[in-house]
This record gives sequence, C-alpha cells and structure tokens, in this order.
Amino acid sequence: MKNLISKLRFADKDIEQFIGLQLRYGVITSSLVVLIGGLFYLSQSGQLPLPSYHQFIGTKVGYTSLGQILVGVRHFQAPAIIQLGVVILIATPILRIAFSLLGFVLEKDKMYILITTIVLTVMLASIFGGLKI
Amino acid sequence: MTILTFTLILLAGAYLAGLVGSLTGLGGGVVVIPLLTLVFHVDIRYAIGAALLASIANSSGAASAYVKEGITNIRLGMFLEIATTVGAVGGAVIAVYTPTNTIAILFGVILLFSAAMTIRKKNEEALVNGSALSFKLKLNNSYPTKEGKVSYQLKNVGAGFSIMALAGVMSGLLGIGSGALKVLAMDSTMHIPFKVSTTTSNFMIGVTAAASAVVYLQRGYMDPGIAFPVVLGVLGGAFTGSKLLSRLDPKVLKYIFCLAISFVAAEMIYNGYNHQF
Repeated sequence: MKNLISKLRFADKDIEQFIGLQLRYGVITSSLVVLIGGLFYLSQSGQLPLPSYHQFIGTKVGYTSLGQILVGVRHFQAPAIIQLGVVILIATPILRIAFSLLGFVLEKDKMYILITTIVLTVMLASIFGGLKI
Repeated sequence: MTILTFTLILLAGAYLAGLVGSLTGLGGGVVVIPLLTLVFHVDIRYAIGAALLASIANSSGAASAYVKEGITNIRLGMFLEIATTVGAVGGAVIAVYTPTNTIAILFGVILLFSAAMTIRKKNEEALVNGSALSFKLKLNNSYPTKEGKVSYQLKNVGAGFSIMALAGVMSGLLGIGSGALKVLAMDSTMHIPFKVSTTTSNFMIGVTAAASAVVYLQRGYMDPGIAFPVVLGVLGGAFTGSKLLSRLDPKVLKYIFCLAISFVAAEMIYNGYNHQF
C-alpha cells in the first residue's frame, strides 16, 4: 500500500513538472511570434495614423478564424503573424488540459479522467460550437 | 497619433500593468481595461479582448513557476475548472446582449470588490477535518512550507463550486481573470490555506480566460495592433515583478494600488452611468 502511494505521488510530481514546462514554452513561443509580427507591423505601418479604435468594427476587421490567420501568415501579413502568436497564447492553457488528461490516464485515475474530459469538452465546444454570434 | 507612438505608450503602460499586477496579485487585466478605455478611448470591447490576453499571459507565466514548486492543487483546479469554463463561455455569450455601459459599471464594481479582497486578512490555517465530498473527489492535499509539508483538507465544496461558476461568468463578461472571486471561493468558503488558493487560482485563470478568449477572437474583439504591445508589455512586467517579489515586501504597494484601483473603479462607474462608453 505504501509503495502504491509513493508511486502515485511520483507520477503527480512528474505531471506537475511537465505542465510547468509546457506553460513556459507556450508563453515563450507565443511572445516570440507576437514580437516578430509586431516589429514587422511597425516597420510597415508605424508612421500611419492610428485606426479608429473608439469605433468597434468587430469581425469585419478580419483574422477572426484560424483559417484566415494562416492564409495571412502565408502572405507575410504582419497582423496575421501577431494573431498567430495570440492563437498560440490562447492554445497554451487548452493544451495544458489535454496534457493533464494524459497524466490522469497514465495514473488510471478514472474520476479525474472524467472531470478533465468534461473541461476539455467545454473548451472544444467553445472553439467548434459555432458560437460566432 | 501615429501607430508607433500608440504602440510605445501602450507597451510602457502594459509593462507597468504586468509589474504592479504580479506584485499585488491583481493580474494585468485590471489595469489594461481602464488604460485602454479611459486614456486612449478605445472601445471597451477591444479592451476586453486585450485584457483576456493579458490574463492568459500572466497566468501561464506565473503558473509555470508555481506548479513546479508543488503548491498548486492540480486536482482541485481541474475540478473547479468545470464551473469556471462553463461560466466563462456563458459570460462571453451574454456579453453580446449586454450594453457596453452596463459592462463598464459592472467592471467598476468588481474592481472595488477586488481591491477590498486584496487587503483583507487571508486564511492561513490548514483545515484538518474536511467534508465527505472533499475525500470523494480527492481534493485534500499537502503543500511545502519552510517548516516542512503541511496537509490540509477542505469543506463547502458545493458552495465553492457555485462561486467559481460566478467567477467564470464575470471573467467571460468582463475579460478579467476574476482572481478575487476565485480566491473568495477557495480561501474563505472552502477554507484552503491562502498560498494554495492564490496559486491554484492563478493556475485556473489561464484556462478560464482561454474559454472565453476563443469566442472573443471569433467575434473580432482581438485587434492585432492592440494585442501586440499588451501581450509583450504585460509579460515583461510580470516577469520583472516575479523577480522583484522575493526581494521586496509589497505591502505598502498593495495599499497604494488598491487606493488607485478604487479611484479608477469610481471613474468607470461614473462614466458608465453617464453613458460615456
């Protein structure tokens, strides 16, 4: 029994280390992509007057789906590269849930496999559920 | 104003937001929204999008350190995230039907509440007789302190879960991490030692914010020109703040910041009431 508990603790510790690293790399990657896109954006349109941010244009602005963003990145559009970094930033905590799920599967913790699956389902429903109103 | 000037001022402002936010535990979003709306007169919907990104950046950056130290309760976080993510998606959907002035007033009220929560006394005692549900859900755990490992148990799981759902709605509606509500649920209601509550709350903020961020991205609330200085500034500030935290006592800073936040909150409520948004 004692052996079993220490084994479980060891696995928990491993997941924690792994999640910590994953969050760090996610944030670093995202900020690098945003920085590259941002410098590119400034060099192209830094001297232009400010867009009218006091007026909300919303979805008409473009870059509101991953498809649009990737097309923009392929054409080296600076705002699209920034948005790609934004997507990586948003994806970082979502990936964290997926990795936690993997961890609980390895631990064979049925209750937490269920709980994590519920959280992941909510996130995926939010992404693919057509909540674009 | 040119794009370059705007970017540089916003970058400096976001850096300060990240720095003060990480030192006081209030997160970057709390400063980013007033900065964008009151100083630059940016539409509050763009500000909400930017604040969500600031919350995710702050949370993921800080959580990566806390998780490694083993203070965060990952099971507790995951369980409560059911409530916060459902709430956050719900909040993001309600936001479309909520007038921007109402959002501004609500934001002001939450700011005042957050300021009050930050300076109040925290629960440091570890509970020894947890409720049956806390055992069933395997939520009881231990955390490292200077005097060795301290075990804690928790109670009022249902009530905590409900407050978390409300925190999720607020996060989705206002674009903030709602750390103050999360800590209220864990620290005051479930009787978890505050070090565990704050780190677990921080850990959850990223997931809660990401749940509504996806909805907001699809709606065009996230503008690349605003996101770029905000993400980099807040991250840089939070990084500096976490280095400074071990060297200085942020107690005085906390009081000054809470006072400043209260003024900003009053301004947001006043402007919202007079339909200035």
